[in-house]
Amino acid sequence: MKFAIVVFPGSNCDHDSYHAARHVLGQDAACIWHKDTSLKGADVVIVPGGFAHGDYLRTGAIARFSPIMPAVVDFARRGGPVLGICNGFQILLEAGLLPGAMLRNSDLRFHCEHVIVRVEQTDTAFTSSASVGQRLRLPIAHGEGNYFADPAIVRDLEASRRVIFRYCDERGDATAASNPNGAVNNIAGICNETRNVVGLMPHPERACESSLGSTDGLVLFESVVTTLAQEGAIRTA
Amino acid sequence: MKARVFVTLKPSVFDPQGHTIVDALHSLGYKGVGDVRQGKFFELELSAASADQARALASEVADKVLANPVIESYRVEVE
Repeated sequence: MKFAIVVFPGSNCDHDSYHAARHVLGQDAACIWHKDTSLKGADVVIVPGGFAHGDYLRTGAIARFSPIMPAVVDFARRGGPVLGICNGFQILLEAGLLPGAMLRNSDLRFHCEHVIVRVEQTDTAFTSSASVGQRLRLPIAHGEGNYFADPAIVRDLEASRRVIFRYCDERGDATAASNPNGAVNNIAGICNETRNVVGLMPHPERACESSLGSTDGLVLFESVVTTLAQEGAIRTA
Repeated sequence: MKARVFVTLKPSVFDPQGHTIVDALHSLGYKGVGDVRQGKFFELELSAASADQARALASEVADKVLANPVIESYRVEVE
Protein backbone atom coordinates (compact mmCIF):
# COMPACT_ATOMS: atom_id res chain seq x y z
CA MET A 1 0.00 0.00 0.00
CA LYS A 2 1.30 3.44 -0.82
CA PHE A 3 1.08 6.17 1.80
CA ALA A 4 1.29 9.83 0.77
CA ILE A 5 2.33 12.21 3.53
CA VAL A 6 1.61 15.84 2.71
CA VAL A 7 4.33 18.25 3.85
CA PHE A 8 3.63 21.93 4.51
CA PRO A 9 6.21 24.53 5.51
CA GLY A 10 6.22 24.03 9.26
CA SER A 11 5.03 20.42 9.32
CA ASN A 12 7.28 18.53 11.73
CA CYS A 13 5.69 15.09 12.09
CA ASP A 14 5.91 14.22 8.42
CA HIS A 15 9.03 12.15 8.86
CA ASP A 16 7.56 10.29 11.83
CA SER A 17 4.54 9.38 9.71
CA TYR A 18 6.81 8.36 6.82
CA HIS A 19 8.93 6.28 9.20
CA ALA A 20 5.90 4.52 10.66
CA ALA A 21 4.49 3.64 7.25
CA ARG A 22 7.75 2.83 5.48
CA HIS A 23 10.05 1.36 8.13
CA VAL A 24 7.77 0.04 10.84
CA LEU A 25 4.99 -1.27 8.60
CA GLY A 26 7.14 -1.86 5.54
CA GLN A 27 4.72 -0.12 3.19
CA ASP A 28 5.50 2.12 0.26
CA ALA A 29 5.48 5.80 1.31
CA ALA A 30 6.25 9.19 -0.18
CA CYS A 31 6.30 12.73 1.12
CA ILE A 32 4.41 15.17 -1.09
CA TRP A 33 5.28 18.87 -0.96
CA HIS A 34 2.26 21.14 -0.45
CA LYS A 35 2.87 22.98 -3.73
CA ASP A 36 2.55 19.80 -5.79
CA THR A 37 -0.86 19.07 -7.24
CA SER A 38 -0.70 15.29 -7.45
CA LEU A 39 -0.74 12.64 -4.76
CA LYS A 40 1.14 10.33 -7.14
CA GLY A 41 -1.06 7.25 -6.98
CA ALA A 42 -1.27 6.93 -3.21
CA ASP A 43 -3.77 4.62 -1.53
CA VAL A 44 -3.76 6.46 1.81
CA VAL A 45 -3.16 10.12 2.56
CA ILE A 46 -1.76 11.36 5.86
CA VAL A 47 -1.91 15.04 6.76
CA PRO A 48 0.73 15.19 9.50
CA GLY A 49 1.30 17.17 12.65
CA GLY A 50 3.36 20.30 13.14
CA PHE A 51 2.83 24.01 12.68
CA ALA A 52 1.95 24.49 9.00
CA HIS A 53 2.60 28.14 8.08
CA GLY A 54 3.52 28.77 11.68
CA ASP A 55 -0.16 28.48 12.68
CA TYR A 56 -0.37 32.06 11.46
CA LEU A 57 -3.90 33.55 11.33
CA ARG A 58 -5.35 30.29 12.70
CA THR A 59 -3.93 26.83 12.86
CA GLY A 60 -4.47 25.16 9.49
CA ALA A 61 -6.16 28.26 8.03
CA ILE A 62 -3.53 28.91 5.36
CA ALA A 63 -2.58 25.28 4.69
CA ARG A 64 -6.13 24.52 3.56
CA PHE A 65 -5.52 26.72 0.50
CA SER A 66 -2.29 24.95 -0.54
CA PRO A 67 -2.14 23.68 -4.15
CA ILE A 68 -2.13 20.04 -2.95
CA MET A 69 -5.42 20.38 -1.08
CA PRO A 70 -7.81 20.06 -4.07
CA ALA A 71 -6.22 16.64 -4.75
CA VAL A 72 -6.66 15.68 -1.08
CA VAL A 73 -10.29 16.84 -1.08
CA ASP A 74 -10.99 15.02 -4.35
CA PHE A 75 -9.42 11.82 -3.01
CA ALA A 76 -11.51 12.12 0.16
CA ARG A 77 -14.72 12.76 -1.80
CA ARG A 78 -14.07 9.62 -3.85
CA GLY A 79 -13.83 7.62 -0.64
CA GLY A 80 -10.07 7.47 -0.25
CA PRO A 81 -8.79 7.06 3.32
CA VAL A 82 -7.37 10.28 4.78
CA LEU A 83 -5.86 10.56 8.27
CA GLY A 84 -5.34 14.01 9.79
CA ILE A 85 -3.02 13.94 12.81
CA CYS A 86 -2.95 16.93 15.18
CA ASN A 87 -2.16 19.89 12.87
CA GLY A 88 -3.44 17.64 10.09
CA PHE A 89 -6.76 17.33 11.93
CA GLN A 90 -6.82 21.14 12.23
CA ILE A 91 -6.16 21.47 8.49
CA LEU A 92 -8.99 19.04 7.65
CA LEU A 93 -11.33 21.08 9.88
CA GLU A 94 -10.39 24.32 8.15
CA ALA A 95 -10.75 22.63 4.76
CA GLY A 96 -14.27 21.55 5.66
CA LEU A 97 -13.54 17.82 5.29
CA LEU A 98 -14.48 17.43 8.96
CA PRO A 99 -16.97 19.55 10.95
CA GLY A 100 -16.12 21.84 13.84
CA ALA A 101 -13.07 23.85 14.84
CA MET A 102 -10.18 23.85 17.29
CA LEU A 103 -9.77 26.33 20.13
CA ARG A 104 -6.86 27.01 22.47
CA ASN A 105 -6.52 24.41 25.20
CA SER A 106 -8.83 25.58 27.98
CA ASP A 107 -5.99 25.90 30.51
CA LEU A 108 -3.96 27.85 27.94
CA ARG A 109 -1.09 25.42 28.36
CA PHE A 110 0.69 23.48 25.62
CA HIS A 111 0.25 19.84 26.59
CA CYS A 112 3.09 17.48 25.79
CA GLU A 113 2.34 14.17 27.48
CA HIS A 114 0.90 10.69 27.01
CA VAL A 115 -2.87 10.39 27.23
CA ILE A 116 -5.28 7.51 26.95
CA VAL A 117 -7.97 7.48 24.30
CA ARG A 118 -10.77 5.02 23.89
CA VAL A 119 -11.62 3.65 20.46
CA GLU A 120 -15.33 4.37 20.07
CA GLN A 121 -16.05 2.90 16.63
CA THR A 122 -14.26 0.30 14.52
CA ASP A 123 -16.02 0.83 11.22
CA THR A 124 -13.56 3.34 9.82
CA ALA A 125 -10.55 2.60 7.65
CA PHE A 126 -8.23 3.54 10.51
CA THR A 127 -9.88 1.58 13.36
CA SER A 128 -11.02 -1.60 11.61
CA SER A 129 -8.39 -3.71 13.38
CA ALA A 130 -9.13 -2.26 16.80
CA SER A 131 -11.92 -3.23 19.16
CA VAL A 132 -14.63 -0.99 20.60
CA GLY A 133 -13.53 0.27 24.00
CA GLN A 134 -9.86 -0.50 23.31
CA ARG A 135 -7.63 1.95 25.15
CA LEU A 136 -4.67 3.44 23.32
CA ARG A 137 -1.85 5.21 25.10
CA LEU A 138 -0.73 7.93 22.69
CA PRO A 139 1.36 11.09 23.01
CA ILE A 140 -0.17 14.50 22.50
CA ALA A 141 1.70 17.73 21.82
CA HIS A 142 -0.63 20.63 21.20
CA GLY A 143 -1.71 24.04 22.36
CA GLU A 144 -4.96 24.08 20.39
CA GLY A 145 -6.70 20.75 20.74
CA ASN A 146 -9.89 21.99 22.35
CA TYR A 147 -12.39 20.58 19.84
CA PHE A 148 -15.51 22.72 19.43
CA ALA A 149 -18.61 22.46 17.30
CA ASP A 150 -22.09 23.88 17.44
CA PRO A 151 -24.14 21.81 19.95
CA ALA A 152 -26.40 20.53 17.15
CA ILE A 153 -23.35 19.28 15.26
CA VAL A 154 -21.94 17.62 18.38
CA ARG A 155 -25.28 15.87 18.94
CA ASP A 156 -25.25 14.71 15.33
CA LEU A 157 -21.65 13.46 15.62
CA GLU A 158 -22.57 11.41 18.67
CA ALA A 159 -25.84 10.10 17.20
CA SER A 160 -24.20 9.10 13.91
CA ARG A 161 -21.27 7.40 15.73
CA ARG A 162 -18.72 9.73 14.24
CA VAL A 163 -16.76 10.28 17.43
CA ILE A 164 -13.92 7.81 16.88
CA PHE A 165 -11.57 8.49 19.78
CA ARG A 166 -12.41 9.85 23.21
CA TYR A 167 -10.04 10.90 26.01
CA CYS A 168 -10.45 8.58 29.00
CA ASP A 169 -8.69 7.41 32.14
CA GLU A 170 -6.98 4.08 32.66
CA ARG A 171 -10.30 2.45 33.42
CA GLY A 172 -11.80 3.71 30.17
CA ASP A 173 -14.04 6.35 31.78
CA ALA A 174 -14.26 9.66 29.90
CA THR A 175 -13.68 11.87 32.93
CA ALA A 176 -12.97 15.59 33.06
CA ALA A 177 -9.56 14.84 34.57
CA SER A 178 -8.62 12.69 31.59
CA ASN A 179 -9.43 15.52 29.15
CA PRO A 180 -6.19 17.41 28.50
CA ASN A 181 -7.62 20.37 26.60
CA GLY A 182 -11.31 20.95 27.37
CA ALA A 183 -12.56 19.40 24.14
CA VAL A 184 -16.33 19.02 24.17
CA ASN A 185 -17.45 15.53 25.24
CA ASN A 186 -13.77 14.53 25.58
CA ILE A 187 -13.63 14.25 21.79
CA ALA A 188 -10.10 13.34 20.66
CA GLY A 189 -10.94 12.30 17.10
CA ILE A 190 -13.85 12.18 14.65
CA CYS A 191 -14.70 10.96 11.17
CA ASN A 192 -16.70 12.31 8.27
CA GLU A 193 -20.11 11.10 7.13
CA THR A 194 -18.66 8.51 4.76
CA ARG A 195 -16.23 7.36 7.47
CA ASN A 196 -13.12 7.51 5.27
CA VAL A 197 -11.67 10.74 6.67
CA VAL A 198 -10.48 10.57 10.28
CA GLY A 199 -8.90 13.34 12.30
CA LEU A 200 -7.39 12.99 15.77
CA MET A 201 -5.28 15.19 18.02
CA PRO A 202 -3.01 12.47 19.51
CA HIS A 203 -0.01 11.15 17.53
CA PRO A 204 -0.30 7.47 16.58
CA GLU A 205 2.79 7.78 14.33
CA ARG A 206 4.81 8.52 17.45
CA ALA A 207 3.57 5.39 19.20
CA CYS A 208 4.66 2.65 16.81
CA GLU A 209 7.85 1.51 18.48
CA SER A 210 8.37 0.44 22.09
CA SER A 211 11.49 2.62 22.39
CA LEU A 212 9.18 5.64 22.12
CA GLY A 213 7.04 4.50 25.04
CA SER A 214 4.03 2.95 23.34
CA THR A 215 3.15 0.85 20.32
CA ASP A 216 -0.58 1.54 20.61
CA GLY A 217 -0.53 3.76 17.53
CA LEU A 218 0.30 0.84 15.24
CA VAL A 219 -3.32 -0.30 15.11
CA LEU A 220 -4.36 2.78 13.08
CA PHE A 221 -1.79 2.01 10.41
CA GLU A 222 -2.45 -1.74 10.44
CA SER A 223 -6.17 -1.08 10.14
CA VAL A 224 -5.91 0.95 6.97
CA VAL A 225 -3.52 -1.53 5.34
CA THR A 226 -5.89 -4.41 6.17
CA THR A 227 -9.00 -2.49 5.10
CA LEU A 228 -7.45 -1.58 1.75
CA ALA A 229 -6.22 -5.12 1.18
CA GLN A 230 -9.72 -6.46 1.79
CA GLU A 231 -11.76 -3.82 0.03
CA GLY A 232 -9.37 -2.72 -2.69
CA ALA A 233 -7.63 0.60 -2.94
CA ILE A 234 -9.12 3.78 -4.34
CA ARG A 235 -6.32 5.07 -6.48
CA THR A 236 -5.54 8.74 -6.51
CA ALA A 237 -5.42 10.65 -9.78
CA MET B 1 -8.94 52.48 0.44
CA LYS B 2 -8.51 51.16 3.93
CA ALA B 3 -10.81 48.56 5.41
CA ARG B 4 -10.73 47.33 8.98
CA VAL B 5 -11.97 43.87 9.87
CA PHE B 6 -12.71 42.99 13.49
CA VAL B 7 -12.92 39.26 14.14
CA THR B 8 -14.36 38.08 17.43
CA LEU B 9 -15.23 34.74 18.95
CA LYS B 10 -18.92 33.95 18.86
CA PRO B 11 -20.59 34.48 22.25
CA SER B 12 -21.16 30.73 22.68
CA VAL B 13 -17.43 30.00 22.43
CA PHE B 14 -15.44 29.85 25.65
CA ASP B 15 -12.53 32.34 25.56
CA PRO B 16 -9.78 31.26 27.96
CA GLN B 17 -7.51 34.10 26.87
CA GLY B 18 -10.14 36.73 27.69
CA HIS B 19 -10.76 34.99 30.98
CA THR B 20 -7.07 35.08 31.85
CA ILE B 21 -6.93 38.79 31.04
CA VAL B 22 -9.85 39.50 33.39
CA ASP B 23 -8.06 37.65 36.18
CA ALA B 24 -4.89 39.63 35.51
CA LEU B 25 -6.78 42.95 35.53
CA HIS B 26 -8.50 42.05 38.77
CA SER B 27 -5.23 41.20 40.44
CA LEU B 28 -3.94 44.60 39.28
CA GLY B 29 -6.82 46.20 41.15
CA TYR B 30 -9.23 46.92 38.28
CA LYS B 31 -12.38 45.70 40.01
CA GLY B 32 -14.66 47.45 37.56
CA VAL B 33 -13.77 45.14 34.64
CA GLY B 34 -16.47 42.51 34.22
CA ASP B 35 -15.62 40.52 31.16
CA VAL B 36 -13.03 40.60 28.40
CA ARG B 37 -13.29 38.87 25.03
CA GLN B 38 -10.16 38.80 22.92
CA GLY B 39 -10.42 39.14 19.15
CA LYS B 40 -8.37 39.98 16.09
CA PHE B 41 -8.03 43.13 14.09
CA PHE B 42 -6.95 43.33 10.43
CA GLU B 43 -6.18 46.41 8.40
CA LEU B 44 -6.55 45.87 4.66
CA GLU B 45 -5.24 48.16 1.95
CA LEU B 46 -7.66 47.65 -0.96
CA SER B 47 -7.95 48.76 -4.56
CA ALA B 48 -11.62 49.62 -4.78
CA ALA B 49 -13.58 52.24 -6.70
CA SER B 50 -16.01 52.91 -3.88
CA ALA B 51 -16.57 52.31 -0.20
CA ASP B 52 -19.27 49.76 -1.06
CA GLN B 53 -16.85 47.84 -3.27
CA ALA B 54 -14.20 47.95 -0.56
CA ARG B 55 -16.70 46.70 2.00
CA ALA B 56 -17.78 43.85 -0.31
CA LEU B 57 -14.19 42.81 -0.97
CA ALA B 58 -13.24 42.98 2.71
CA SER B 59 -16.31 40.91 3.60
CA GLU B 60 -15.43 38.29 1.01
CA VAL B 61 -11.87 38.08 2.33
CA ALA B 62 -13.17 37.88 5.89
CA ASP B 63 -15.67 35.15 4.98
CA LYS B 64 -13.12 33.08 3.12
CA VAL B 65 -9.93 33.52 5.11
CA LEU B 66 -9.82 35.95 8.02
CA ALA B 67 -12.62 34.45 10.11
CA ASN B 68 -13.56 30.85 10.80
CA PRO B 69 -17.39 30.89 10.63
CA VAL B 70 -17.64 27.95 13.06
CA ILE B 71 -16.25 29.95 15.94
CA GLU B 72 -15.91 33.56 14.82
CA SER B 73 -17.97 36.44 13.53
CA TYR B 74 -16.70 39.66 12.02
CA ARG B 75 -17.58 43.20 11.14
CA VAL B 76 -16.10 45.49 8.52
CA GLU B 77 -15.37 49.22 8.68
CA VAL B 78 -14.32 51.17 5.63
CA GLU B 79 -12.57 54.51 5.80
